[in-house]
Order: sequence, then structure tokens, then C-alpha cells
Amino acid sequence: MSGVPEHLVKSYDQGLKKLRGMMTQMGGIVETQVALAADAIMQRDAASATRAVEEDPKVDALEREIETFVIRLLALRQPVAGDLRQIVAALKITGDLERIGDYAANVAKRSIVLSQFSLPYSLAGLAHMARLVQGQLKSIIDALGDNDADKAVEVWRSDQVVDDIYNALFRELITYMMEDPRNITPCTHLLFIAKNLERIGDHATNVAENLYYAVKGESLPDARPKGDTSAYAVIRPRE
Amino acid sequence: MTVSTAMSQSQDRQASFGGVQARATNAAMNVPRIAISNLDFFYGANQALKKIRLDLPDRQVTGMIGPSGCGKSTLLRVLNRMYDLYPGQRAVGEVMMDGENIIDPSIDLNALRARIGMVFQKPTPFPMMIYDNIAFGVKLHERLSKSEMDERVEWSLTRGALWEEVKDRLHTSAMGLSGGQQQRLCIARTIAVRPEVILFDEPTSALDPISTLKIEELIDELKHDFTIAIVTHNMQQAARCADQVAFFYLGEMVEVAPAGQMFTAPRERRTQEYITGRFG
Repeated sequence: MSGVPEHLVKSYDQGLKKLRGMMTQMGGIVETQVALAADAIMQRDAASATRAVEEDPKVDALEREIETFVIRLLALRQPVAGDLRQIVAALKITGDLERIGDYAANVAKRSIVLSQFSLPYSLAGLAHMARLVQGQLKSIIDALGDNDADKAVEVWRSDQVVDDIYNALFRELITYMMEDPRNITPCTHLLFIAKNLERIGDHATNVAENLYYAVKGESLPDARPKGDTSAYAVIRPRE
Repeated sequence: MTVSTAMSQSQDRQASFGGVQARATNAAMNVPRIAISNLDFFYGANQALKKIRLDLPDRQVTGMIGPSGCGKSTLLRVLNRMYDLYPGQRAVGEVMMDGENIIDPSIDLNALRARIGMVFQKPTPFPMMIYDNIAFGVKLHERLSKSEMDERVEWSLTRGALWEEVKDRLHTSAMGLSGGQQQRLCIARTIAVRPEVILFDEPTSALDPISTLKIEELIDELKHDFTIAIVTHNMQQAARCADQVAFFYLGEMVEVAPAGQMFTAPRERRTQEYITGRFG
């Protein structure tokens, strides 16, 4: 928190600093995982996929470590106001980061299966989506490091684009499956991959909301830009 | 959007605004027990309070926090005119209670202090029997028969959460009670004259944690019948006890807010720095 004076009790500041350090570390690993998973699909790179999966236990361990540390801070410091918001937000944000890590690992696993199929169509849409989600994640992790509420709002707003691409991909993939049943297996994997990327975007948005609350002391409006409408897509069988 | 849906939406909005307004009017009707405005206080040439504005809502607990010397205890001393005992101390401004300015020199101080009781940091039982500790103050204001007085003593000690512990030794010395019991005796003594407002100046800072919790529970109980102001250095105590909390700094009232807001998202930077322990 730039511009905020230090606590009279120095060890409290050290505790908060340690918490922020662990969050940044976790954010960094998760960002790497997502980048590796994206490479795994686009470059058909099994080594990247394996590495993305192998990072997951580290993320899980950090999540548990942060949880324990937060409970300790709450019990020993009885934080209030800005400190309380930061600490509680850290707990919630950690949960979101852990889920992002899981989704990245899942994308990586599917990429290995996917590499056994020849794909007769371009993955440009998916690549675009992956880049956007990586951008979102990078921005929110930077914002986390700087306690930047304005940047959090930017990320929060940007999720709509990802949702739109996901909806377009959903329709596109269903078309391929209808064209040729042999496409069903790879396209189903691609669909899950797209959905996982879309969920990563949603969790980045959650992080943005929690960060905003921690910094500002007020919540972003309830009406979040939320645009996965694929649940309402109806495919009518031909008569 | 069709015209009719636009209209019905705007009606909905009006209805909800109406609801808010109705609540606001009710709140406005809830006149504060004490309304302080433009209050200055001087110790000789030293100004200890500057243009204080604060309402003590009826039958609620107002917590006052702030670093030493910020003026919070001075404000309590103004509210029951304790400063009158000292030459050179004077208050200017308005402290309105039932349409009267209680810092006006023409106010009957004995009557005022029966309406606004005070409990201090250190328990101050009189060196007499428990029963007489309660009866002493009552006798100054009212003529009661023996049975009425017995009843009043039992009522006060019950409200003070001490009756069960002392009912079999009412006629032994109050000095034999523990610190926590002595403080509850002082609270019982204060409520015995049936005041409207009770001021607590650091009521638990000389007590152990369990006695402290008993006093806090008692304050929670008492707010159903009395308007309460409590000065405390223990911020967790203010958070636990108070409905609204006022933060004082260098003789000014910086911020007043419901306790829940004060300790999660205070508006003022100085408040935030003080309550999080960042004060330089």
C-alpha cells in the first residue's frame, strides 16, 4: 500500500508484507501455468503441457500456506479497516488463483489428448481467446502487486470480450461436429478447453472485484459483465 | 423497451425511493437524546475541543475513541458539567437535551447529574456497606420508605448484574468486593437514581478480561433503557459495544459512523491510520 504509513508494530507490517509476497509468488506460478497450457495447445507441445500440470501441486501448497497464515494474522492481530479488507481479500483471491491453476492444468491435459488428432480447421479463435485471457491474468496479477483498483476495474470490464469469443467458438465447434462425427472427440476437448479459458477469465474478474473492495472499501456493482450465453444456445435437429 | 415497461420501471423506482424516504422520516423522528453542536471547550487558554458536532441517539451506545489528549474524556466531562468544579475551565456552544442547553449556567447541576450519570475508570465504591452505597445517592434526590428503598436497591443491583452475587451480604463493606464487582456496584449506584444517560469513562481499563466482558454484556443490557456514551482506549471494545463510534483527534471530532462501517471501511484517512495502528 503505497503512501500508507507503517504500523507502530513492525512485525505486523512484516506479516502483511509476507502475505503479499506469497500472493505474488502464487500469481506468478499460475500465470506461468496458463502460458504453458496455451503453448501446449497452439504448438502441440507435450513438454509444456507436462510442466503446466507439474506446477499444480506447488499452487495447492501455497494456497494452504496462505490460508494458515491468514488465520494466524486474524487471530493474532485482530485487523480492522484497510488491513482487515486486505487480509480477507487475500484469502478469497487465493481461492480464485488456485482454481485458475486447476483450469490451466486441465487445459494442458486435454492438449495432450488433442495432439493425437489431426485438426482440419484453424485454432486462430482459440489462440486469440488464450492471448486475451493471459493478458487479463497478467494485468490482474500486476494490479494485485500494486494494489491498483483502477487497473482492477479495467480487467473487470474486459471480461465481456472473452465471453463473446467463447460464444462464437461454441457455435463454431458445434458446427464442425455436425458436419462430421469424427470431429466430435477433438471438438469436445476444444470446447472444454475454451470453457476452461473462459472460466479463467471469470476468476480473474473475481480477483478484480476482491482487490477493488480491499483497496476502496466498497464493492463494484452487482451487474458484472457476464456473457457466457452458450447455456441458452439451442440446436434443433433437422426434421 | 416499450413505453409501458419504461413506465412501470419508473414507478418501481419511485416506490423504492418512497420506501427509503419513509424510513428516513422515521429516523428523523428519532430525536437524539443529546445533540451537541458547535461545542468549544477551554482549559484556561488551551482549547481542548473544537466545534464538536455529535448526536447521542436515544438508547444507543456511542463509543468515543482517539489517542490520549484528543478530547474524548473532556467531552464526557462537559456532558455532566464536571468541569464546573474547576475554575478557568469553560465550555461554549450547544449541548441540547430536551430543548435545554445543559452547559447553560442557569441549569440545576444536581438535577442534571441525576439525569446524566457517570462511571469512572477506577471503581470508586464508598467505604460503607453495599446497601448504603446504592441508597446514598438515591437519598439525595428522593424520599423513599424503607421498603421502597429495599426495592430500589434490589432493582439497581439486579440491573447492575450484581444482585445474585451480593444479595446475602448487602450489609457488609463494599470494599470487600473484587474489582469487577466494585465496578458493577458503581454502575448499579449510577442507575439507582434512574438517569437517562450514562457516561462510561474507560470503565474496564482497570479490570481483568472476564470482568471486562461482564461489564460489556451489562452495557449491552442497559442500552435498552439508557442512552450510553463510552470512552475507551480499547478499540475492540468500542467495536463490540458501540452502535456508533466517533473518532476524536486533537480536539476535533474527525468521523462518526456505525461501528460496522468504522471498523471495516472508515471514510477518513486519519481514522483509518489510527484504528489500524499506524499513528505516527
